[in-house]
Amino acid sequence: MNRKRRTLLKTGSGVTLLSLVGGAGLLVPHAAQAQAWNKAAFDTHSLAETMKALGGGEPAQSKDIVFFQTPDIAENGAVVPVGITSNIPKTESIAILIEKNPNLLAASFDIPAGTDPTISTRVKMGQSSNIVALVKADGKYYVAAKEVKVTLGGCGG
Amino acid sequence: MADPMKIRASVVGDSTEVKVLMNHEMETGQRKDAQGAVIPAWFIQSVTVTYGGKTVLAAQWGPAVAKNPFLSFKFKGGAKGEKVTITWVDNRGDKRTDEATIA
Repeated sequence: MNRKRRTLLKTGSGVTLLSLVGGAGLLVPHAAQAQAWNKAAFDTHSLAETMKALGGGEPAQSKDIVFFQTPDIAENGAVVPVGITSNIPKTESIAILIEKNPNLLAASFDIPAGTDPTISTRVKMGQSSNIVALVKADGKYYVAAKEVKVTLGGCGG
Repeated sequence: MADPMKIRASVVGDSTEVKVLMNHEMETGQRKDAQGAVIPAWFIQSVTVTYGGKTVLAAQWGPAVAKNPFLSFKFKGGAKGEKVTITWVDNRGDKRTDEATIA
């Protein structure tokens, strides 16, 4: 069995399905209510690609982004708590990226004025990896990373 | 129609803390069933939280958000007895809106 071929088939079919759903116009009625889902950004496989899809340049490392509730070792990769606080003034959005997941971008949160730049959620991790917090503040991007070790993967397969 | 969300909104100091637990499979599209067929992706794509007609949080999610997603955040203001409304839309176009009273 050719292993590469298998992975290719696996990722390939996922992409086709998504584009089919989008192509059939099923997503269109909701675009008016919420911001259209940024398919390009969610389909990336490296930080550079994600930045390109989001329209940002090289992000700067920042010590003002703090992880909380995020474990060093996660027993179950299917449910990994992640909390991120940005102490950068004028934070506009916070995104969670997982370096070794099939697709990097896990979630992105728009923070309007008046909302604390702190979010907490749970994500899936396929394997031990860096969790990257990408913060957009005043038009610029900042990143911080935290390594999380996973003892049991959460992306199936 | 999907199951209702569990929402808890409470005043903490001068802010309102919102905690949500949604009911959703959040299927990644990476897994296979017993026959080896890929289980199609099925996940929440966007979440909007509004208070007093104003959006206080807008999120876009990928399939890497855990099953039955949990979300917590705080926003300035918010009064007891007022309502917080949360809506999600998934990639099948299914959606659900729930509201909770701030305690």
